[in-house]
Amino acid sequence: MNVLRFILQKEFRQIFRDKTILAMMFAMPIIQLIILPLAADFEVKNINVAYVDHDHGNYSRQLINKVASSGYFKIIGSPQSYPDGLKMIERGDADLVLEIPPNFERDLVREGKQKLNISVDAINGTKSALGGGYLAQVIADFNANLDVNIKSSRANLAIPRASIGVSSTNWYNPRAEYKYYMVPGILVLLLTLIGGFITALNIVREKEIGTIEQINVTPIKKWEFILGKLIPFWIVGMIVFTLGLTVMYVVYGIFPQGSLGTLYLFAAVYLIALLGLGLLISTFADTQLQAMFIAYFFMMVFMLMSGFFTSTDSMPGWAKIIANFTPVTHFITVVRLIVLKGSGLSEVKTELFYLIGFAVVLNGLAIWNYRKTN
Amino acid sequence: MKKLLAFIKKEFYHVFRDKRTLLILFGLPVVQIILFGFALSSEVKNIGIALQDNAHDVQSEQITAKIQSSSYFNVEKPVLNYPDIEQRFKEGRIKCAVIFPSGFGSDLYRAGGAKIQIIADASDPNTATIVTNYLTSIINRYQQELNPDRQLSYQIVPELRQLYNEEQNGSLNFIPGVIALIFMIVSTALTSVSVVREKELGTMEILLVSPLRPIMVLIAKAIPYLILSLINFTIILLLSVFLLDVEIRGSLLLLFTESILFIITCLSLGLLISNITNSQQTAMLISMMGLMLPTLLLTGFMFPIENMPKVFQVISYILPSKYYYSIIKAVMLKGLGFSYVWKETLILAGMAVVLLSIALNKFKTRLS
Repeated sequence: MNVLRFILQKEFRQIFRDKTILAMMFAMPIIQLIILPLAADFEVKNINVAYVDHDHGNYSRQLINKVASSGYFKIIGSPQSYPDGLKMIERGDADLVLEIPPNFERDLVREGKQKLNISVDAINGTKSALGGGYLAQVIADFNANLDVNIKSSRANLAIPRASIGVSSTNWYNPRAEYKYYMVPGILVLLLTLIGGFITALNIVREKEIGTIEQINVTPIKKWEFILGKLIPFWIVGMIVFTLGLTVMYVVYGIFPQGSLGTLYLFAAVYLIALLGLGLLISTFADTQLQAMFIAYFFMMVFMLMSGFFTSTDSMPGWAKIIANFTPVTHFITVVRLIVLKGSGLSEVKTELFYLIGFAVVLNGLAIWNYRKTN
Repeated sequence: MKKLLAFIKKEFYHVFRDKRTLLILFGLPVVQIILFGFALSSEVKNIGIALQDNAHDVQSEQITAKIQSSSYFNVEKPVLNYPDIEQRFKEGRIKCAVIFPSGFGSDLYRAGGAKIQIIADASDPNTATIVTNYLTSIINRYQQELNPDRQLSYQIVPELRQLYNEEQNGSLNFIPGVIALIFMIVSTALTSVSVVREKELGTMEILLVSPLRPIMVLIAKAIPYLILSLINFTIILLLSVFLLDVEIRGSLLLLFTESILFIITCLSLGLLISNITNSQQTAMLISMMGLMLPTLLLTGFMFPIENMPKVFQVISYILPSKYYYSIIKAVMLKGLGFSYVWKETLILAGMAVVLLSIALNKFKTRLS
């Protein structure tokens, strides 16, 4: 036990000696947590619309007013012809061109049917799908109004009509604000970056500088060495997590709905698993560059597969399996559940088992793979 | 010139010696392309949904059947009451619940009409909105089926044309983003350690006493990574064309020229980081942790920049990847020529020159 205390003392001294790393470990995640959620907004608004009006009639004007006032669209110009409109899309100024054909109003009244051309820049799938959808909604609304206006006199109210009223409620986030979804997710990612990268770098640094030789010739046991590396960074991670939670509350006003104890329990186990991964990487790598790249590789896959950006539900089967073998997936799920919905330990215990499993396996492998001799 | 060549050769040895880094360097884009192309989609599918049917009549069961047959939903076993719904939400098993009140079918033709309640888990707002919209449209369609003679008599039919992407290939949007990210990593992160590594290992002294001028040292450091990045770029292009069916519409020559320009900008940034830091650890933390998330978020391929607060829109202007992203989108996907991207090209070139000259300025020819 005495040996462990000395190792810890040495590790802490090393951490506190390098002021840049220290600042980086604490300041960077906090700053990013304050800044990034403001940027990470999936909500699509301000779709830029250019319209080409060949008709210049009453209806076409009404329709354009309706589009402009719907709140989703920003009218950015009215080019003279479709090729001009297309140019605006090519330059990236417009996302969508709405073309109203000549004699729009006359034909609508005469034939009861009229076509509208909508061309949308479909490279960004989400934006084009939502933009097209919103526009279809606006037009459907406009249709209904037209109907009432034109034939309100002969409306046949005699036939009973089946009607279904749909009322929808948003739970847990009544105003559907994106920050509630993003902030906990970003907190997890930052913790992951800190935990994964710093530990991976640490042992390799000793290898590269050559100080590991000095440790190898001492009677320090493998587990003591690993534990000596693990504990300081675990403490750092927990402090970062606490700071992150504080930022979440102070800046974004999000306070965990569930119990803080459960949250910390998960964070503690998750950090152990993550540090284990970092240590495992560092036993494989010979240089800091290698360690960084291996860590980066895993982080990238973790980040993409974790359900942070896109829901794991819509992944194909094989991808779901990979996602399940990613510690980040489980921790993000749990943090979102506890922070936003107030889930209790009994509701999320499966995730806890997963994380404990990761912690045991990863650290076991790290200890097993650490060699005191070359 | 001969000295420079010898120097470049030395740098190549450094790069090729480290097999693991090389493996990741070429493996990373492949894995990313596969994940983005096949595993991730912004589409919403298989959403867990639970139904609470208090009516159990023909109509409610017809609607239930319609929801079940939709590929968007994955219907879980029915719930009985509110606490039950809440429990499922808390376990994270469902994202949405639908409640039919008792007497649903008989209320249909009464004055107030029948009511359906949708409860969405809005902790994920986009999914909540999309799910609510799907459900509402399923219900509306059912309502229309019940009232066949009530079709609108005046109709404006929108004809939607999907420009540049008729097949709705979701890969199109992210490929330019992945390419930008890869360059950011390979070019910036790798070069950022290149000089500082020599400082840390003590070989810097040998470099400094050599007759090469600082600019030559920096160029020699950059060239191997430029070549690696170009190989990587080619791999990504091949993968996107043959694996993901992306059609390259613009000129390949322009695409490569612009890419070289962007790589040089990134390399200069890396060299700058390398010259101002004192340890590999700091250099890597800056270039990877410091740059990775901003690049991911502010380039514009994940989140729309125009939604962001003004400050970020301003910050995004200093990220080289933003310009490269719009260039590559215009050239590769829309097939536009140089006249459309000269402004971005000029900005990138300017950035490269500024970064490189600062890096050169910060290059210390003396130890400590």
